[in-house]
Amino acid sequence: MAVALETINLVKRFSGIVASNNVSLQIAKGARHALIGPNGAGKTTLINLLTGVQRPTGGRILLDGEDITSLSTHERVRLGIVRTFQINQLFNDLTPLETIGLAVSERRGQGLDWWRIVGSRPDLVAEVVEILERFHLADVIDKRTAVLPYGKQRLLEIALAIACRPRVLLLDEPAAGVPEDERHEILAAVAALPADVTVLLIEHDMDIVFSFADRISVLVNGALFVEGSPEEVARDPRVKAVYLGEEVADA
Amino acid sequence: MLTILFDGIAYGMLLFVLASGLAVTLGLMNFINLAHGSFAMAGGYVTVILVNRLGVPFFASLPIAFLASAVIGFVFERALYVHVYKKPHLDQVLFSIGLVFMSVAAADYVMGSGQIFVQIPKFLQGQFEIYGIGIGRYRLLIIVICGLLTVALQFILANTRFGSRLRAAVDDSRVARGLGINVNWVFALTFAFGSGLAGLGGALGAEILGLDPTFPLKFMIYFLIVVTVGGTSSITGPFLASLLLGIGDVAGKYYVPTLGSFVIYTIMIVVLIWRPQGLFSRAASR
Amino acid sequence: MLPPPIAIRVATEWLAARARWQPLEVGFWIVAFAAIWLFPDRHLILTEIAWLGLFALSLDLILGYAGIISLGHAAFFGLGAYTAALLAKYEIINEPVLALLVAGLAAMALGFVTSFLVLRGSDLTRLMVTLGVALLLRELANRLGWLTGGADGLQGVSIKPVLGMFRFDMFGHTGYAYSLIVLFILFLIARRLVNSPFGLSLLSVKGNPLRASAIGISVDGRLIAIYTVAAGFAGIAGALLAQTTSFASLEVFSFDRSADLLLVLIIGGAGYLYGGLIGAIIFKFMQDYLSALTPQYWPFWIGLVLVVIVMVGRDRITSWTAPFRRIASHLNWRALARHVAASSSERR
Repeated sequence: MAVALETINLVKRFSGIVASNNVSLQIAKGARHALIGPNGAGKTTLINLLTGVQRPTGGRILLDGEDITSLSTHERVRLGIVRTFQINQLFNDLTPLETIGLAVSERRGQGLDWWRIVGSRPDLVAEVVEILERFHLADVIDKRTAVLPYGKQRLLEIALAIACRPRVLLLDEPAAGVPEDERHEILAAVAALPADVTVLLIEHDMDIVFSFADRISVLVNGALFVEGSPEEVARDPRVKAVYLGEEVADA
Repeated sequence: MLTILFDGIAYGMLLFVLASGLAVTLGLMNFINLAHGSFAMAGGYVTVILVNRLGVPFFASLPIAFLASAVIGFVFERALYVHVYKKPHLDQVLFSIGLVFMSVAAADYVMGSGQIFVQIPKFLQGQFEIYGIGIGRYRLLIIVICGLLTVALQFILANTRFGSRLRAAVDDSRVARGLGINVNWVFALTFAFGSGLAGLGGALGAEILGLDPTFPLKFMIYFLIVVTVGGTSSITGPFLASLLLGIGDVAGKYYVPTLGSFVIYTIMIVVLIWRPQGLFSRAASR
Repeated sequence: MLPPPIAIRVATEWLAARARWQPLEVGFWIVAFAAIWLFPDRHLILTEIAWLGLFALSLDLILGYAGIISLGHAAFFGLGAYTAALLAKYEIINEPVLALLVAGLAAMALGFVTSFLVLRGSDLTRLMVTLGVALLLRELANRLGWLTGGADGLQGVSIKPVLGMFRFDMFGHTGYAYSLIVLFILFLIARRLVNSPFGLSLLSVKGNPLRASAIGISVDGRLIAIYTVAAGFAGIAGALLAQTTSFASLEVFSFDRSADLLLVLIIGGAGYLYGGLIGAIIFKFMQDYLSALTPQYWPFWIGLVLVVIVMVGRDRITSWTAPFRRIASHLNWRALARHVAASSSERR
């Protein structure tokens, strides 16, 4: 099994609290890997560590065997680790056309071009339009992002990550907050992601997890708890206990 | 040497009284009030008018200066500031610079552009020596008054009901609101009190700092240094920062006059880069 | 799979619409250049407007496009002014245009070095740091009296003719034409820059730095770049002041200058390049009128304008400048209609 992304004994402490506890995770190339766990299990911290938003207290992160622990966020993006956000992080004053254009020109290394007017490269624009059409955004390409319906913003969130041509895509609850009748559009977009892209999905909704993932890791209290195929995880009594425990605690 | 230390402490304590109101404004509402010095100037001019023109005793003029500035602060807070709290920092900066400019021109119009000194009572002038340290009587008075104020301030914040409400509002104004604390009212009173302190500082400082219409501009950077270097999470931070600044400034001007304000500005920049939350601030308070 | 060509062309059209020259813009520059012949008796104030407009344009690049609040932009302006004045006084570089470039480069160098100070921290720390840098430079110019003339300013500067041909005169005729041409060239550069992929990425950094870095943009790199460029613009503006007045004094570094500059930009509105120019025109004529009434109390009116602008709301104050901004959606629709028509006729 070729490993795309790997963490070795990853530790993150915040003034006394251990948010990631010795996490050693392997994500296979082309995998549809889901990361689940109760609230506060450290899923978001792990994403932040993987993308370089936060620095680990200890441990290493490897991409295709190369150590990327000390690289900054944007350097990792250039190497192919791209994420989406649970809460939309978009450019409210830009249009989807401009937003995707940004990501594409950045990926092509043309983001520093200051002498060239935006939109003067037909091949670049073609790629942008292709992405927008694929994510059902063609009808709103000239609207300000802030005024788009929530479902469209959610699609743009994913489209923006795809425009970076990720090798490893970290999806943080892609369908979070999307009304029931718009959900299928998001899920279809997630299901249609290119097969060669490795996907790590963070999700609360078990229907989505079990319909999408071919491998599942369960995170509890910052540590890796159980890992296996969906069937194995579904059958595991310990996982049930954790989730039941959470439900009891919630009630 | 010790005389310089003494002068520095007096200067620093004065700065603290002048700037403490700003620390609270900044900490409580995250509001950048560059016009804080204008309230101090108001207190200074009130004292000048009372003492020099109307012959009111110096000591009687101090509480009046405090009250006058507090009232002005209260009126401005209710009439103008309250509309700007929620606006972006850029607006706050523009707004308060606008007030500074207006106050400078207004003071020029009313009081003239020259520097004015308060006629302090005879028994406060001059200095005496203890163990070879030259002690200015007036500076000693400043240390005593400002020291008492600092202790009182600490007591109010730590031990009174108002203090606990204020601290709650500083820590998390939404939660405080949820607890039924009238944050707006707390803030108006605090703003008025802070302006009053500034006014008192202006009154006391008129003698040492000199008073002229550009006072708010000249000392703006000093106040800002106190609050940014000291942090806004407690009053101890600004207090220590004031003392450091006061001693540093007096010593710097005495020993290395050619460097002027160089040292102060450089230290400020270094501290801000090194610890953007302030030198004495709780880590990651915001 | 490629999308249909029509969609690509429409998208291209939409993107290009940001950078298309509006009739109002063309008119603006025609009037500005016509003023060389139309208002010869107003050239002195027009010259001041030109360098102030350039200075405000420079602030717009960092405030309007990158979101950095600065209270010390005069640092770069002042450095440019002193550089140009010193170069002329000690006859190091006699040709004004060349001296202008050197002054701009000097300011860029300072901008690059100090840009690292504004990368981190809140608005307040940025404000303090920029203010501190300007104060430091002022103090430096004050202390280096043997070189700069200290508090008296740098006197006895004589500026040689531009390109060896056009002599500066006391009516400001040469000064205005010279300043306006410099302003126009730098404006064209700025206009290119903000409408480029680089300019777009600045807006993304300003709007959401977290996401900008998550799509591979080096946030720090972009801020350093634009801060450096803007510093160069400010330096050239300062150099224009020094060259057209043959004088540089400590006042070029003053806090008031940085604060006035904010006002200039805010009157015109930030984030669309013309704000600084329009603001400079309004500011200078307002100053001309009000300080003729009460020269001493002029700051009062500046202050009042600032307070009123904030209380009324910046957006509302500058809404009348909307035609200058790029939000011209009707234009996009016309372009779309044109292209649909063109492509359907092609098919036939």
